[in-house]
Amino acid sequence: MSRPAIDPQKEHVNAPVDDLLIVGARPYGEDPVDLLVRGGVVAEMGAGLAERHDRDGGPGGGPRRLEADGLVLLPGFVDLHTHLREPGGEESETIETGSAAAALGGYTAVFAMPNTDPVADSAVVVEYVRRRGEEVGLVDVHPVGAVTVGLEGAKLAELGTMARSAARVRLFSDDGRCVNDPLVMRRALEYASALGVVIAQHAEDHRLTAGAQAHDGVVASRLGLAGWPATAEETVVARDCALAREAGAALHVCHVSSARTLAVLRAAKADGVRVSAEVTPHHLLLTDAALTAYDPVHKVNPPLRTAEDTAALRAALVDGTIDVVATDHAPHAAQYKDTEWAAARPGMLGLQTALSIVVHALVEPGLLDWRGVARVLSERPAAIGGLPDHGRPIAVGEPATFALVDPDGVWTVRGATLASRSANTPYEGMRLPATVAATVLRGRITARDGRVAHHDDGRGTP
Amino acid sequence: MKHLLSVTDLDAAAATGLLDTSDRLKQALLGREVRKLPTLRGRTVITMFYENSTRTRVSFEIAGKWMSADTVNVSASGSSVSKGESLRDTALTLSAMGADCVVVRHPASGAAHRLAAWIDRDAAATGTHTAIVNAGDGTHEHPTQALLDAATLRERLGSIAGRRIGIVGDVLHSRVARSNVFLLATLGAEVVLVAPPTLLPVGVQQWPCRVGPDLDAELPGLDAVMMLRVQAERMHGTFFPSAREYAIGYGLSTARAALLPEHAVVLHPGPMVRGMEIAPAVADGPRSAVLAQVSNGVHIRMAVLYHLLAGAPQ
Repeated sequence: MSRPAIDPQKEHVNAPVDDLLIVGARPYGEDPVDLLVRGGVVAEMGAGLAERHDRDGGPGGGPRRLEADGLVLLPGFVDLHTHLREPGGEESETIETGSAAAALGGYTAVFAMPNTDPVADSAVVVEYVRRRGEEVGLVDVHPVGAVTVGLEGAKLAELGTMARSAARVRLFSDDGRCVNDPLVMRRALEYASALGVVIAQHAEDHRLTAGAQAHDGVVASRLGLAGWPATAEETVVARDCALAREAGAALHVCHVSSARTLAVLRAAKADGVRVSAEVTPHHLLLTDAALTAYDPVHKVNPPLRTAEDTAALRAALVDGTIDVVATDHAPHAAQYKDTEWAAARPGMLGLQTALSIVVHALVEPGLLDWRGVARVLSERPAAIGGLPDHGRPIAVGEPATFALVDPDGVWTVRGATLASRSANTPYEGMRLPATVAATVLRGRITARDGRVAHHDDGRGTP
Repeated sequence: MKHLLSVTDLDAAAATGLLDTSDRLKQALLGREVRKLPTLRGRTVITMFYENSTRTRVSFEIAGKWMSADTVNVSASGSSVSKGESLRDTALTLSAMGADCVVVRHPASGAAHRLAAWIDRDAAATGTHTAIVNAGDGTHEHPTQALLDAATLRERLGSIAGRRIGIVGDVLHSRVARSNVFLLATLGAEVVLVAPPTLLPVGVQQWPCRVGPDLDAELPGLDAVMMLRVQAERMHGTFFPSAREYAIGYGLSTARAALLPEHAVVLHPGPMVRGMEIAPAVADGPRSAVLAQVSNGVHIRMAVLYHLLAGAPQ
């Protein structure tokens, strides 16, 4: 199947939205349909729509066509956990390069974590991130606000001001650090409950992980790497669930990494606590067995754990104990990774590989179908992040915000060719299933066949 | 052998080969007026120490000098390291200067592995080869210490296979313990670890050794006991209540040493905390092989340099 290459004139993100005819796509992998998109919204949908337009199309040729024969049509992906590094970390990633990676990965919305420099703990910074995201326009960039001033865990940041700002912040987190003080966490949850916002916790009791370098298990102890025990996650999640119940607040648990945390989440959910949870693609697939060469590309926080953990996390995603897959996309320039293990920064790229890892780890083994993929990559994250126009059903009257996936595509990961400014992918050289054929955001094609739409790249040539 | 990063780089034959070379070098030097062999003339050995050390650095330096290598010592303070140069740049710089061997000690576990990977990548481009010797990386390994311990045990006991060796103390933070457990197991010894539970690594049950809870119960069955150093910074943490209580449970007192069989050997990698880890009378007594360890250290390091730079002898 051949599709036309991206057209720089028509496919600029700020060009007027043309009518678009998506031909032969299979919603959720089911029977093929044609969709007519008008003004960014699905106007008509059904089999044979394209034929009718071809027949009735006047001299102008009718709407532009996006040939999608055999492609799986899903609602555009939403990432609750992205590090775009801007402002302050532009050597590793910018809002522009991270947006491009997101669009190429099938994402239409990302939540940008606040551990930037300056920290996104004020309206000024979150509004900057939001506005820069809009200028680039490849993906909806929603800034996450810091819970505490400077991520220091001591004093609440101005959650209300950030929530009411032009950035309309809905998710708050000190990600990278845990809100370790139980009293601060209690106050944050209580305060957030009145604002209708969510506190996303990086669950790690820092007293139990001082100096930690890797999962506290057989591999780390043989390698002489100080251990990060699973109990440091489990105990904070248990505490936070108790606090969230008491406050009647919404708690989101970032990057669950350990099987032991799942029992806590199951009990809390059964008990009516408003808690949601995410797992990263790397915690679904990779284990600490990868650490033996001490290559810090595998250094991440929380750390890669064991095969028992990856199996339990997959099952928990399938049964709904874990709600979503979030990338924890964490670009680091080479100088922060090409070091001895202890000196390296934790984190790995994720936006362009997330879908393929989900397909590899869950769809191919038959654990998840395409409806399930839509749920964990789009619908649930949109609901948790409070985005009314993402993760919507594929239906007439709904926004045309899609990921078109070639389920038979196969590709080989090369960090140097990814859109991120950094290359720290743990999947280097791996052949992975499923490619993103196109990404559509409110009727505009933001990426197609591995290329992003033309956009403001910050170099003065929009 | 291209580098010596871990004792698991060595199978029983390779390890025994090093011990044999060490013995031969020791004999060759015995009674010589001028302790100098021409073996490594024209070769350059650089020691690069990012942690303070006297005995290991000097031991490598003497080993190089006795074999006529040019030895250069770099310490982290007072070099470009203190100006913020990365380990990678420092290593590639020394390699580019023509070092045949870089002996590295570093506080980060795996530092020697990383160095070897960078240098090998660089070598593929430049065609030069620099051998890396791990002289202690974090809490991971200290392979030449384990080799010199093995040389000492073989010298004192006549053999290693089938012998029962106790390793006592802070196993968790000890690179010496890791290297010894795996090397002694490779050489066929039975290893017993004795330590407070807080100082035993996770998953130690999967190591090729046994964990014994009671030192007094183990001592009569040991052919050798290796006392580990307890690092001062651990003594006031949460690992054990006090130095006094540690000494009562795990110190090698004179009375306790008397539980050892007549032929048993006492080893300590040094530096020793006398009184707490080991009673002075035991450290200086007839069972003690502490000084033999030090002198064997030079011969073992000569053997390692020889195998790396001149190739293993036929």
